[in-house]
Parts: sequence; C-alpha cells; structure tokens
Amino acid sequence: MTSSLAEIPVTSSERSRDRRRKKKKAHARSRAQQNSESCYAKWKSESQQQLYSSKLVQALSQIRLGDTAAPPRGRTVREAADRALAFAAKGKTRWSRAILTNRVKLRFGKQRRPGSTSAVAALTGSSRSKKPKVSVLRLKGKSLPTVQKKVKVLGRLVPGCRKEPLPVILEEATDYIAALEMQVRAMSALTRILSSAGPSSSSAIDAVSDPPPSG
Amino acid sequence: MSSRRSHSRQSGSSRITEDQIADLVSKLQRLIPELRNRHSDKVSASKVLQETCNYIRSLHKEVDDLSERLSELLASLETDSDQAAIIRSLLM
Repeated sequence: MTSSLAEIPVTSSERSRDRRRKKKKAHARSRAQQNSESCYAKWKSESQQQLYSSKLVQALSQIRLGDTAAPPRGRTVREAADRALAFAAKGKTRWSRAILTNRVKLRFGKQRRPGSTSAVAALTGSSRSKKPKVSVLRLKGKSLPTVQKKVKVLGRLVPGCRKEPLPVILEEATDYIAALEMQVRAMSALTRILSSAGPSSSSAIDAVSDPPPSG
Repeated sequence: MSSRRSHSRQSGSSRITEDQIADLVSKLQRLIPELRNRHSDKVSASKVLQETCNYIRSLHKEVDDLSERLSELLASLETDSDQAAIIRSLLM
C-alpha cells in the first residue's frame, strides 16, 4: 500500500478535531461581518476536503452499483461531484442551493419554485429563501457598461446567479471559486489514489518503485 | 440639507456603496492566482472580472477532465471485482 492512501483518513480522532474546528469556524463566522474571508478559509480546511471526499466516494460507489451495464460517463461523475460540493456548502450560498435544486427538479420532474426551495431547505436544513431586493440599476457609479457586462457573464458562470444584483454575484463568485479549487484538489487526490491502486497501473508502480534490473 | 444619495435611494435592507463593491472586487482579485501578485490599485475592476470568468472556466474544464478520468478509472475497476472490493473497503 502506498502512503498516499493516508491522505484520506477518516478516523475518529480526525472527526473530533473536525467538530472542534467546525465549532470554532461557526463562532468566527457569526462574529465576523465580512464572512467571505472565513468562507475561503473554510474551503481550504482539511475537514471540509475530507467531508467532500467521503461524500464524493459515496456517490461514486452508488453510481457503480446502480449502473453495472453501462460504464459511468464523465457527465455523471461531474454531476455527482457538483452535488457533493453543493452538499459540502451546507446550503448557505445561492450556487449550492441552485445546484441541489436543479438535481431535485430533474429527479421529480419540473417542480415549481416554491416546491423546490422547500425541498432544498429540507435537504440542507437552511431556511434562507429570501433575496434582498436591490436592483442593479440603483447602484450609483457602477453604470460602466463594461463592468456590468462582465458581471453578467460572471453571473451566468456561477450557478443560480443569473438574475442576482452585482454585489451578490461577486460574493457568490468568491465562495464558488474557493469551492471549485477544493473540488479540484479532492478529485485529483482521488484520481491519484485510484489510478495507483488500479490493476492496469500495477506494472507502472513496479516500474516506478522497483526499476527492473537491466541485463 | 445635503442630499445623501446612499440613504435616499436604497429602500432594500442592504445599502450598496462603491466601497463595498471595490472591497468585493479586491477580495475576488486575491483569489485569482494571476492577479494576486499585482497591486490592487493597478488592476481595473473589469480586468479582475475578466480574469475571474477565465479562471472559473478553467476550473470547470479541470473538473470535467478529472470527471472523465475518474469515470475511466471506475470503468476499469469494474472489470476486476477483487480490486474493487479492496478499494471500496479502504475508501469507505
């Protein structure tokens, strides 16, 4: 066994540390007015990545068991990864709620908005469904068309932010970028582990660790 | 009476000022690896937003590539059930 397997340990000592870290983080977040910085730290933390990795692995194993006939497509894996990421966000951001809402819609058919928001609230335990009614037109000074245009493009990239006002889009984008970076880190670690443990690469491992004697 | 524009127009719960927007933009700038080294004064908001969009797109692409790779790995794992059982017990 390679030591890289220790990258994803799920031991009880880690969990107690996670709980303490989460309590500290929740306390800091409630105190701090500008929570975007602690949000970024949250996505950088080990506990968050472990939570995401275990959720992702769960989802991936479900894919394999449920669909043994056809091999899993990249699209399916991507959706599972996004779902796990949105779950890790715990419903506190719009993009995570939008991702979960989209999945719920696809599962149960086209649901109306009130139904899907209540379903999302049930999933994530969050009751925030109100949006501040600040329209973009009221912002003074930011009537520069380039900035507006670019923020609109950004709003299309971040899920669930197409109709949001400018500051909301910027806030969501900061959290979304940090979350995406964590997703990339977790998925690359998982890929490394799976590719080193897979049967097709066992010869590669032999070549790396034990160069064949020449001659 | 001096007219305070920031007070009169906003009837919503949140007052959005230029400073807040500049603050959000600078926070965004700190996250983007390409713009992190430059001084925030010299980078315009539109450039920050442009780089943000590019960065998000590149992250999406990376996630897509990783998903493809993971799906291939999962497919290759399915062919060997012993390996799959070991890996499953290790990862869960």
